Amino acid sequence: MTLAARRQAPIYTGTRIPSPIPTVLKVDPALRVDDDILEVNFGPNHPSTHGVLRLIVELNGERVEGIEAVIGYLHTGFEKNMEQKTWWKAITYPERIDYLSFQINELAFVLAIEKLLGVEPPPRATWMRTLLCELSRIHSHLIWLGTGALELGAISLLWYCFRERDAVLDLFELVTGVRMHTRYFQAGGLAEDIPPGFFTECRKFADMFPARVDEYEALLDRQAIWLERTKGIGLLSAEDAIALGQSGPVLRASGVDWDLRKVEPYLAYDQVDFDVPVYFNGDVYDRYKVRMDEMRESTRIVQQCLDGMPEGPWIVDDRKIVLPPRHELHTSMESLIHHFKLVTEGYRVPAGEVYVAVESARGELGCYVVSDGGSKPWRVKFRAPSFVALEATATTVAGSLVADLIAILGSLDTVMGDCDR
Amino acid sequence: MADVGRKKRLADYGIHSERTLMRKKGPGVFEQELGDLESKLGLSTVEKAVAWAQGHSIWPDTFGLACCAMEMIAIVGSRYDVARFGAEVFRSSPRQADLMIVSGRVSHKMAAPLRQIYDQMLEPKWVIAMGACASSGGMFANYAVLQGVDKVVPVDVHVPGCPPRPAPGVVRRRRSGAERRLRLADRRLARARGLRPHGHRIRRAPRSEADPHGRRLGGASAAQGLPHRR
Repeated sequence: MTLAARRQAPIYTGTRIPSPIPTVLKVDPALRVDDDILEVNFGPNHPSTHGVLRLIVELNGERVEGIEAVIGYLHTGFEKNMEQKTWWKAITYPERIDYLSFQINELAFVLAIEKLLGVEPPPRATWMRTLLCELSRIHSHLIWLGTGALELGAISLLWYCFRERDAVLDLFELVTGVRMHTRYFQAGGLAEDIPPGFFTECRKFADMFPARVDEYEALLDRQAIWLERTKGIGLLSAEDAIALGQSGPVLRASGVDWDLRKVEPYLAYDQVDFDVPVYFNGDVYDRYKVRMDEMRESTRIVQQCLDGMPEGPWIVDDRKIVLPPRHELHTSMESLIHHFKLVTEGYRVPAGEVYVAVESARGELGCYVVSDGGSKPWRVKFRAPSFVALEATATTVAGSLVADLIAILGSLDTVMGDCDR
Repeated sequence: MADVGRKKRLADYGIHSERTLMRKKGPGVFEQELGDLESKLGLSTVEKAVAWAQGHSIWPDTFGLACCAMEMIAIVGSRYDVARFGAEVFRSSPRQADLMIVSGRVSHKMAAPLRQIYDQMLEPKWVIAMGACASSGGMFANYAVLQGVDKVVPVDVHVPGCPPRPAPGVVRRRRSGAERRLRLADRRLARARGLRPHGHRIRRAPRSEADPHGRRLGGASAAQGLPHRR
């Protein structure tokens, strides 16, 4: 459902994707002869590249004529590492891939395991996962806004956003015991029941948060410098966005109404009521607006999850994949054996392959899992939205100024852990 | 002044004046006077002042790599305000930074830029390995991750956690290397004056016939004839 008025004219005609390689912008050879091209290294250690991204930028004065991204500075070997761990232990890894919306990463992997196992988590677990994923989305957008605004000069937003981010992390700590990288989702449900007191605190947060989003918008929406630096910058038309494989806020800011939560609902998204913000100008400002509206919609979903949270078990009852409750270990031999097998060898997942896609804060996060029937994954591959978003860099940055380059990179919201894995 | 037992000057702590234009000029009048002051005042006072100043205005370099970087930025936030420790300015340029907080996993590809950034920092400089990945490679014992950043740079403080809570990472960090050396000097000084580090007087048992060296046979209280103190 669209929230913005559709543009009358297309963003631009034709395509701006540079050829032959869509990710590399090459300097026009005529320019090299006449003008002075300066090659600048936006090295891996840079405050504004959102992680360890290296850009080799060729400048003609202030104008970006050529750009090439060098990635791999954060390549961690997640996928290979996960092949060495049992399914249970491997769940710890995906969270660190996209370290801003960490629980959504975990969700993708856990949903894949559950699909291969053929188990359906109980409704309490599903609704709680929905709630936590939306809190993760809020967390990710808060950091995006704080750091993105910081780079464009709106420095005070860093402190405001991180104040709210600490509130979100407090909620995570209340539920799971850890601020970040919570490892709360388990194959079959949640690791532990929801502690008492969480719902009150979460409701307080959900009541307080929309007003804070309004505050941020009051600071930025009509601010002249912000508008100068974001309106009309980094244009990406809908056709180009689809050709480049974009998803998430980048795609929705270019006018394409595509959100996996609506199109292919998972978890409890088909049972809650929310809108998907779509804007039509395809510039940095619209990507900012999409994310701000997404924060509000996420708060709506959180409130509905709080209202509709069902009672019941938090994890499925299958002892072959879930640890039995500890008091049973004293009385039941089968429970003891199950516990032993689960802790030493881990559960076995039937052979097969599955692809699960969820809507992360950055776009479509996909997890492709191949199992050979054993207790460890045979192959795990993540379709990382940030990697794909980086491919739009060359297109959006063509012909812009250096300062706009920073704004555009911020609006693409890439996380290098996600990009390099 | 003899070179043996030469006391350390400010220059030995890496504090030089910026004589970039007139390199061969030698110490100026102020530095000469400061040097004389060092000799006159006795070392520990000036060392203390230097260490205090350094410890209370450490400027970190923005070396955020991965998840720990988010907690590092949380340190800057208003809840775990690091500005109260004097470290509010995160400098992007390593040439202006004192402290490199390596926050996040270091891949082998990144190890070379890491060392380069470390080399670009001016003395005195410190390194915190924040988190499990920087300290030892963390959970990533694989081909891609450097198993501990101390393989390429000397690390002063390892902070465990994945990611560490912002509070311990900051509060622990407050004592710089110079300050730690100073605390050791304090302890030696106190010992020489007959005090324990916290200021209590060291009580030794008096020498007696049974105990000619004053060693406590049976404990200090026993030598004094007191019942054994728990």
